[in-house]
This record gives sequence, structure tokens and C-alpha cells, in this order.
Amino acid sequence: MKLCLVVDDSKVIRKVARRILEELSFEIEEAVDGQDALEACERNMPDVVLLDWNMPVMDGLEFLKSVRARADFTQPVVVFCTTENDMAHIRTAIEAGADEYIMKPFDREIIEAKFVQVGLI
Amino acid sequence: MRTEDFEFLAKTLKERSGLMLTPDKVYLLESRLTPLARKSGLDTLEALVQKLRVHGDQGLIRDVTEAMTTNESFFFRDNTPFDLFKGKVLPAMEKARGTRKRLRIWCAAASTGQEPYSLAILLRESWFKWRDWNIEIIGTDISTQVLEKAKAGTYSQFEVQRGLPIQLLIKYFAQEGDVWRLNDDIRKMVTFRSFNLLDNFFSLGTFDVIYCRNVLIYFDQATKTLVLERMAKCLAKDGTLFLGAAETVLGITDVFRPVRGQRGMYVGSDGDAEKIMGLNQ
Ligand SMILES: C[S@@+](CC[C@H](N)C(=O)[O-])C[C@H]1O[C@@H](n2cnc3c(N)ncnc32)[C@H](O)[C@@H]1O
Repeated sequence: MKLCLVVDDSKVIRKVARRILEELSFEIEEAVDGQDALEACERNMPDVVLLDWNMPVMDGLEFLKSVRARADFTQPVVVFCTTENDMAHIRTAIEAGADEYIMKPFDREIIEAKFVQVGLI
Repeated sequence: MRTEDFEFLAKTLKERSGLMLTPDKVYLLESRLTPLARKSGLDTLEALVQKLRVHGDQGLIRDVTEAMTTNESFFFRDNTPFDLFKGKVLPAMEKARGTRKRLRIWCAAASTGQEPYSLAILLRESWFKWRDWNIEIIGTDISTQVLEKAKAGTYSQFEVQRGLPIQLLIKYFAQEGDVWRLNDDIRKMVTFRSFNLLDNFFSLGTFDVIYCRNVLIYFDQATKTLVLERMAKCLAKDGTLFLGAAETVLGITDVFRPVRGQRGMYVGSDGDAEKIMGLNQ
């Protein structure tokens, strides 16, 4: 089973994402912000991170840059999942090393399609 | 709904578009045609059927037919038919058509355009090979409503997230408020026209590749056979046909045969497409 780290400061979103991803046979861990997510990666590196952008303490972009800068990490696939839905944000995320980008609101079909695209399903 | 009304509608739809309606689809007729009846100033579905019966109103028959089509589509749907296009069909055609440099592709149930545009995007991704070719991508559909949307090339946030890799969104789309518009370069590669698969195919010419996906499922056996046999006549001898994931030629016609190990891909029974694509026969 592949491990997906769901990073979002909203409990509701984490719950929805968890339900969808568990149905797609992923094991789930949750983190509430970028800092929390980094610590989770240090403990147990996930195969994929589903990553919100705007979060307190450390936002998604900062988290992504920190992860991509770490030579000691086995690099996970990172899929942004955010309400930021303009081209400028999308480009910034991809340039910083995101593999895919989901614009909220999302549903099962979108998550599934994106995870297929990055080769996780 | 009265049985005779159902039967009348089912018969009309089958004649017009090939759509097969079994009695368990009454709910579908009711949910799609009741709004249409209201829009036409009629109170009930019965009144709509009455109008069709008595006046044979052609415009209304067309609206009813269009309302009953299922138009769902998405970019790179099912992936495989597009991977095969890129990995097998294009390399073979590059050689086989290398002298004339002409390629004709037909999406026979193009709906809102995602299928022909996905093919156009794939060609664009290796444009250095194709820039001096004469490439036609023709998208046809019975429904003029979906063709309008296809021509506009604008898609909702939801639509661009189903199947379209983000890199391709960045590269080929521009954001306009709530919608995403496909760049003119790609839009110009595809021509859309209205065409009913029940009509004869003479006006279309010959194609090298045909995508006829997720439309035959709505037809009965005899109509499937008719359409596929006409299609065989307008496909080049070394051409390729792609059907939807739930569709096949097996048990329907022997003018095409499935390509072993390649899902959804078919070639003419007397053709040599597999050889030029280097596929096992
Ligand atoms: C489900 S869509 C398929 C779209 C696309 N090929 C795909 O696979 O995503 C089916 C389309 O077939 C069209 N259609 C149905 N009957 C037809 C007919 N007799 N002639 C041409 N198009 C037809 C419908 O209008 C609809 O847009």
C-alpha cells in the first residue's frame, strides 16, 4: 500500500481527502501545516503528499521548497490541492517542483485522474 | 408516461440518431424532455409528443434528439488510445506518409472537443516533425450544441482537471475569468462539423485514423454493424480505428479486427496496419 500524507489546515478537507484516497487503496497520514508535514516526512517518508497552499506556521510552497532542497530525502511525489486557481500560482508551484496541481473544489474523479497521471495508480 | 408515447419517442430517436431506448430508461426521457417541453411553451411531455406526432416539427425533433444524447467527454480519456496514437500510430504514419506529408484524422463523435483537441496537443508536442505536414483533424457530432462548445474551446475548471496534465494546461490554455481557453494554435488544428453517423459517409473522404469512441454503445447491433462497415470503407488500408473501452467489433462485423494486446485499437481485416506499426499479428 502506498502512503499519502494529506496536508491541510482544514479538518473537513483532510477528512474528505482521506475518504477518497482510502477508497483508492492509499494509507493515509495527516498533517495540519507545512511544519507538521516536514516532521511527518522525517519520521516516515510518504510516497505522495497532497498539499494545501495557505496554512498557518508554514505554507505549502515553503514546505515544498524545503523538501526539494533536502538531499537526504527520498523525494515524494507532490500534488498541490488548493483554492489558488490562477496561472501565476500554478506556474510557481510547478517551478518549485510540484508534480501535479489540483484546484479546489475537488472530487474523487479529479483526485483519481491526477494520481493516475503522476503514475501512482 | 403512456406506453404509446414512450414507443413513439423510442422509435423516433432510433430513426434519427440510432439511440436505443429500453423501457427502463423512461426516467431519462422524462428528466431530459420535461425541461425541453417547458422551454417550448408546452405544459407536459404528453403535449410535446402530441406536437411531434401531429406536426412532425423538424426543429423540435432535432431538439429532442440532442437532448437525449450523452455528451460526457474528457481530455485524454482512458489514456491508452492516446498513448497508442503517440507511440505507435504517429511513428508509423511519419514513415508511411513521409512523402505526401498528409494526415487525416476523424473524431466521429467528438462531443465537446476534448478528444480531437487531445490529439492536436499530442501532435503539437512533437511539432518539429509535423510543421510542414498538411494535417486535418475533423471532429463531428450530431449535436450542434456540443459542437458550439467544442469550437469555442473553453472549458470549466472541472473539465480541465479531468485527464489534462497540469503541464499541458500551462502550455496550451489561457485563463479567462472562470474558464480556461485553449490557445488558437491548437483550436485552429481542429475543424468541427455536424454529421450524423446514420448518414452516408461519401462526403467525408478517406482517413488515416478514426476515433469513434463511446457512441456505438448507444446503438443496437444492426446499427453498429452498419456504421462500422461504412467506416471501414473510409479508412485507409493501413489506417487505425479506436473504439471506446466498452465497445468492440467482435460479434458485430469482421471488416475490422482487434490489434492483439492493444486495448481499443482496431485495423482493417485486409489491411496491413499492424505490420507498419511493428505490432505482432
Ligand atoms: C459520450 S460522447 C463521446 C465523446 C468522445 N468521443 C469521448 O469518448 O469522450 C457521445 C457523443 O456521440 C454523439 N452522437 C450520438 N448519436 C450520434 C449520431 N447518430 N451521429 C453522430 N454523433 C452522435 C452525441 O451527441 C455525443 O456527443
